[in-house]
Amino acid sequence: MVTKLKTTKIWELLNNIPDPEIPIISIVDLGVVRDVGHEENQLTITITPTYSGCPAISFIKEEIKRNLELEGFKSIQINTSLSPPWTTDWMNDETRKKLKEAGIAPPEKYVGCPQCNSRNVDIISEFGSTACKAMYKCVDCFETFEYFKCI
Amino acid sequence: MDPLLHYVLILADDALIIAQRLSEWAYKAPFLEEDIALSNISLDMFGRANMLLEYAAKIKGEKTDADELAFKRHEREYYNHLLCEQPNVHFGDTIARQFLFDSFYILFLDKLSKSSDKQLAAIASKSMKEVTYHFRHSSQWVIRLGDGTDESHEKIKNSINKLWIFTNEFFMMSNIDKKMQKNKIGVNRETLKPAWEKNVKKILMEAKLEIPTNGSTISGGKEGIHTEHLGHLLSEMQFLQRALPDAKW
Repeated sequence: MVTKLKTTKIWELLNNIPDPEIPIISIVDLGVVRDVGHEENQLTITITPTYSGCPAISFIKEEIKRNLELEGFKSIQINTSLSPPWTTDWMNDETRKKLKEAGIAPPEKYVGCPQCNSRNVDIISEFGSTACKAMYKCVDCFETFEYFKCI
Repeated sequence: MDPLLHYVLILADDALIIAQRLSEWAYKAPFLEEDIALSNISLDMFGRANMLLEYAAKIKGEKTDADELAFKRHEREYYNHLLCEQPNVHFGDTIARQFLFDSFYILFLDKLSKSSDKQLAAIASKSMKEVTYHFRHSSQWVIRLGDGTDESHEKIKNSINKLWIFTNEFFMMSNIDKKMQKNKIGVNRETLKPAWEKNVKKILMEAKLEIPTNGSTISGGKEGIHTEHLGHLLSEMQFLQRALPDAKW
C-alpha cells in the first residue's frame, strides 16, 4: 500500500514537469515517461525519447532527477527504453486540447487551423522549430501555425 | 574485432558521418526553412548515431563510451559507406546524396527491425519513423530540381550521376555482413537492390531524369578504406576532443 501511494505521488510529481520545448504540456502528457518502479529506497524511472535526435532528452533526465531529489528521493535510476518506439498516439484528448489552446495543431490525420478550425491549410515547411513539428498556414484566416506531426 | 561490434559501427558511422556533413549547412542553407530542415535531419542522424554508438560501447565492454567512439578513433577505424562522407559542394549534391542514402535506408531499416538482436531491432524501428519523412523530403527536392529550370535540372542530373558510383557499396555483402546474416542479426543487402532500383527509378522519372548507366563501383568504407574527404571531415569534427581531451560542457 505504501509503495502504491508512493508510486502515485511520483507520477504526480513527474506530471508537474513541463516539456522543455512545449512547456504547456508535461513530460507525462507527452508520453515520454513510460514506467515508474519503486523498491525499498531505489526509484527506477523509464523514459523513451520522442525523436532520436531530440536534444531535450538529457535535459528531461536532469529535470526528473532534480525534481525528485527536491522531494527527498535519493537513489534515482533513469533508464531509456527504445521499444516500443514513441508515438503521438499516446497523447490523450486532454493533451491535444492543451496543444490546440496554445496555438499548436495537435497530431491528427487531418491538419486543422487551431484558431478557426478550418481544414483549408497549406504546408509551409515539413520542419519547424523542433523536430516534432511542421509549419502550416491557414488559407481562410491567414494564421501561421505549428502542427505536431503524427509519428 | 568482434563481428557484432564491427557491424554496429558500420551503421553508427553511416549516421554519424552524414549527420556531420548535413550540419555543415547550418546557418547557410539556401533559405530559412531548408536550413531548419537540414539541421533537423542532421539531428535525427546524430541521435541515431548516438543510440548505435552507445550500443557499440556496451559490446566493446572496456572503459569506453559513445563520445569516445565518435571522436577518438582514427580515420581507418571508421566504417561508414563512402557515399556518406562525400562533400556537400552545392545544394543539389547534398540532396542527391541524401536521396540515395534515404532510399537505401528506408528498405534496410525495415528489414533490420526484424533482427534477432533486440537492441538493433529497437533502434531500427525507431529510426524507421524518421527515415520515412527524410525520404519524402529528399525525393520531393529531387523532383523539384529535376523538373525545375534548365539549370537546376542540369545540376541535379550531374549530382546523381557523380554519386551513383557510391551506391552499389550499400548492396555488397562483406564478410561481416555474411556472418551477421547467418546468425539472423544482419540483413541480406543484395536482396534489397531490386526494390531500391524500382523506387529510385520512379522518383527519377518523375523528376525527368534518367537512371545513370555508369555501372562502376567504388567501395572500401566498411573495411576502413576511405576517400580523401573523410580525413578533412574528421579533422573538423574531432578538433575539440583532440585539443582538449574529455572536455565537458
